[in-house]
Amino acid sequence: MDNIEKKLLTKRFGQIDPLSIDDYIAKDGYAALQKAVKITPAKIVDSVKASGLLGRGGAAYPVGLKMEAVQKAKSPEKYLICNADEGEPGNFKDRYLMENDPHQIIEGMVISAFAAGATKGYMFIRGEYSRPIYIMTNAIKAAAEKGYLGQNILDSGLNFEIELYTGAGSYVCGEEFALMLCLEGNPGRSTFKPPFPTTEGLYNKPTQINNVESFANIPHIVLDGAEAFAKIGTEHSKGTKLISLCGNVRSKGLYEVPFGVTIRDIIEKLGRGVAGSGIKMVQLGGASGSCLPANMLGLALDYKEMADDDLTFGSGAIIVMDDSIDVLDIVRNTLEFFRHESCGKCTPCREGIEHLVILLDKFIEGVATKKDLELLETLIETIKQTSICGLGQAAPTSLRTTLKYFRKEYTSKIKKHHAKVI
Amino acid sequence: MEMVKLKINNKDIEVEDGTLILDAAKEISVDIPTLCYHPDQEIKANCRVCVVEVEGQKTLQPACSTVVSDGMVVNTNTPMAREARKINVELLLANHDMSCTTCIRNGNCELQKITAALGIRETRFENILVEQEKDESSPALVRNQNKCIKCGRCIQICAKVQGLSILDYMGRGNGSEVKPAYGKYLNDVNCVACGQCSVVCPVAAITEKEDIERVWDAINDPRKHVIVQTAPAVRVSIGEEFGMEPGSIVTGKLVAALRALGFDEVFDTDFTADLTIIEEGHELLKRIKEGGTLPMLTSCSPGWINFIEQYYPELLPHVSSCKSPQQMFGALAKGYYPEKIGKKAEDIFSVSLMPCTAKKYEAQRSEMCLDGKYPDVDVVLTTRELGRMMGQAGIEFAQLEEEEYDAPFGISTGAAVIFGATGGVMEAALRTVYEVVTGKTLEALDFNAVRGLEGIKEASVDLDGMQVNVMVAHSLSKARQVMEMIKSGEASKYAFIEIMCCPGGCIGGGGQPYGVTDELRQRRIDAIYEADAKLPFRKSHENPAVNTLYDEYLKEPLGEQSHHLLHTHYFDRKS
Repeated sequence: MDNIEKKLLTKRFGQIDPLSIDDYIAKDGYAALQKAVKITPAKIVDSVKASGLLGRGGAAYPVGLKMEAVQKAKSPEKYLICNADEGEPGNFKDRYLMENDPHQIIEGMVISAFAAGATKGYMFIRGEYSRPIYIMTNAIKAAAEKGYLGQNILDSGLNFEIELYTGAGSYVCGEEFALMLCLEGNPGRSTFKPPFPTTEGLYNKPTQINNVESFANIPHIVLDGAEAFAKIGTEHSKGTKLISLCGNVRSKGLYEVPFGVTIRDIIEKLGRGVAGSGIKMVQLGGASGSCLPANMLGLALDYKEMADDDLTFGSGAIIVMDDSIDVLDIVRNTLEFFRHESCGKCTPCREGIEHLVILLDKFIEGVATKKDLELLETLIETIKQTSICGLGQAAPTSLRTTLKYFRKEYTSKIKKHHAKVI
Repeated sequence: MEMVKLKINNKDIEVEDGTLILDAAKEISVDIPTLCYHPDQEIKANCRVCVVEVEGQKTLQPACSTVVSDGMVVNTNTPMAREARKINVELLLANHDMSCTTCIRNGNCELQKITAALGIRETRFENILVEQEKDESSPALVRNQNKCIKCGRCIQICAKVQGLSILDYMGRGNGSEVKPAYGKYLNDVNCVACGQCSVVCPVAAITEKEDIERVWDAINDPRKHVIVQTAPAVRVSIGEEFGMEPGSIVTGKLVAALRALGFDEVFDTDFTADLTIIEEGHELLKRIKEGGTLPMLTSCSPGWINFIEQYYPELLPHVSSCKSPQQMFGALAKGYYPEKIGKKAEDIFSVSLMPCTAKKYEAQRSEMCLDGKYPDVDVVLTTRELGRMMGQAGIEFAQLEEEEYDAPFGISTGAAVIFGATGGVMEAALRTVYEVVTGKTLEALDFNAVRGLEGIKEASVDLDGMQVNVMVAHSLSKARQVMEMIKSGEASKYAFIEIMCCPGGCIGGGGQPYGVTDELRQRRIDAIYEADAKLPFRKSHENPAVNTLYDEYLKEPLGEQSHHLLHTHYFDRKS
């Protein structure tokens, strides 16, 4: 079996002690930072832009553009936030990154701070992640002791510290606006945009906020060069992607692959297939992701190819489900999750998800009518179209995509009106 | 300002950069429906009713929070936008107590209006409301969670305008609610009962406590002599309840309507507003002369009194000991008036018509009671309640012939009318204090420096060589600023400070007609000063009825009778 993996971000996994900064330094650690401080911030921004690195949190916004916007913003204070509030069910890649190679993230953040001109950094870690919190706390301390954080880092004139902040278990705090409100001491609730964080972010100051994996890519781009980085992957999706592979596959776990590999290859070659009789459905990205039937698994991991099919793969979870599962049961389960995690701010998400569950239950109980199906589809569209944040907009995705690809599962449960009475 | 060209519903328009789609659409006479939006508040964008299609955007955009950009193409009336609006309103209705026909807001409910405007004929979703107990703990306000649509207007006015944050979101998802902290009762938190939340609430989630039936009972009780006093601010706002232009001065119609409702005597709080000026003015001069606590703070606004008692009790010595005009009136109504007309205190039922919900709280304070038995004011009705009462009686307000107040408590001056606007008490006091101190006639009666909607205003008056600095603040967030200035010593140069709880003063009170914006507040204020300018007497000390009262009964300002009837004391209620 050919190896489709490409280890870039995970290359030090298992080779170093995550509690030892010396181990990291011995494996090229902080070499990218040494290099970065000798070039100009503008050149780093150019390099990140040229690399084609897209944000790994799910929205796939070019990291270089955010960095550039913050760099160009005029403000005495600018902030950098690493979003480590990995709360999407099915995802665990940020946890692995933090647990196995914490300094890679810190190095990415310091380089970004140098490029964007950030004066203070925050790392917002999901509260349930006790081990990553422990390891990152240790790593931040060690980096400060070695002078990679603090005043005048490596004689570059850069003053930059990272403060670690833990969430209190709310999924919506992974959404950047809710996260920033939470950091400011407010309840984590979404808010309308624009303005975007790069102009008015944390404490209304220009803020670069990126996912853990996005920051972890930065040292590689600086050290290997944008060109080398851009050689990995496809025309529209550069670099590697961390995949949280889970569900009914034989070998669950974290894998790093270059963009362009197919979903099927990931499942078959890395996950060693399913144990049951066959794949029924694959959910991409996590609870908020699309559900695909087995015949669509030839899709390549590529932002553009996916978007063309009106799909996304979020932050890279692949949840594989075999024939033993019930589609409606799975969908209900994801909806329950969103019902619990909605912040309650906007009408469609707060009220609408409740009714998605009520309507879905009618199908599960076999009492749904054609009118219910129509209403369900109208409601899905309204939630997707009018929710204030990405969480609400994506909440009905499993329902929407199963209605598209597994429609019979629903229509077969519509009550027959003209049943013969003998 | 740079201009931006865009297209809305196929019409080319040019508007200033930074304009919201909502406002841009108004330029082409398109009124996009809104619900959580309030022109005086920060954008909330949570109801998702004002959504429109913007070409190039993947999702519908809220018109209330989306700023126009050059070349933007907006369509407000597409099938998708219409359907999404309907669905979002239907979702709200499906978690709402739908007993609309018996609701206190029936007919002036914004949710009802938008449901009608969108042509919603059925709610396709199952009603999922989990009914909760109404919070009727407060003597002034009723909170009905079953009506709440979580728009957040009340939260914002309480936090940003009043600086109190009594109400806030609790819980999340469908369990999210708007409540006082820890779900406590309104009466168990430091709510000041100002009722600003009730004015901005689009539905009946928080309303005044309705006391109409108690008034009908009294009117229908032959043993009761029912008298009513009318606050200054009501005469420039009650017309709005009957579709009249904001700022209509309807004093004469108001008197006629009250008489038609069956009140035995129709009096005016303005009478005791004049009395307040005499007492308060002399108190100020006494404090200045005898080295009393300065700056002296006004005491007419019960929401403000609740605020200082609960938040800054250490500054209570600064507050004038004068009762509010409502309570001075009540004290006279029970302590002086019965004797004058040959009745007993228990026969008198004293009703007060106020722009205010906190007045309901004030009226039931135990110290505002004759012999511990007869409340000086039996019932306080808000402007809105009076409007409904007239509706019940079938009174066609706009058509009424004007009538005059009854003597003697119906005689008043322009100085009393302006109590209704921020700065008015100060101006009225200055008109009197000037003449008392200097012995000269004040020629320029208008103290423009203390008028208007600016949050904190100040003026300096020369009283024959004695320079008196005064300050005026309205809304409790501004009151808090002033309190901090007093504490830090920054306010030591001021002798007298007027504080009104509500933005704009009483004309912007919590019991006033719905739909208040700063623009409307200004129109009511303009009407107040217009009414003042029209009156024959414009200085409180020129009120002949007040002077007679002193001659016959009170004898002198701050005298023994005054002390007994017209002055009060305050409590530390911080804990």
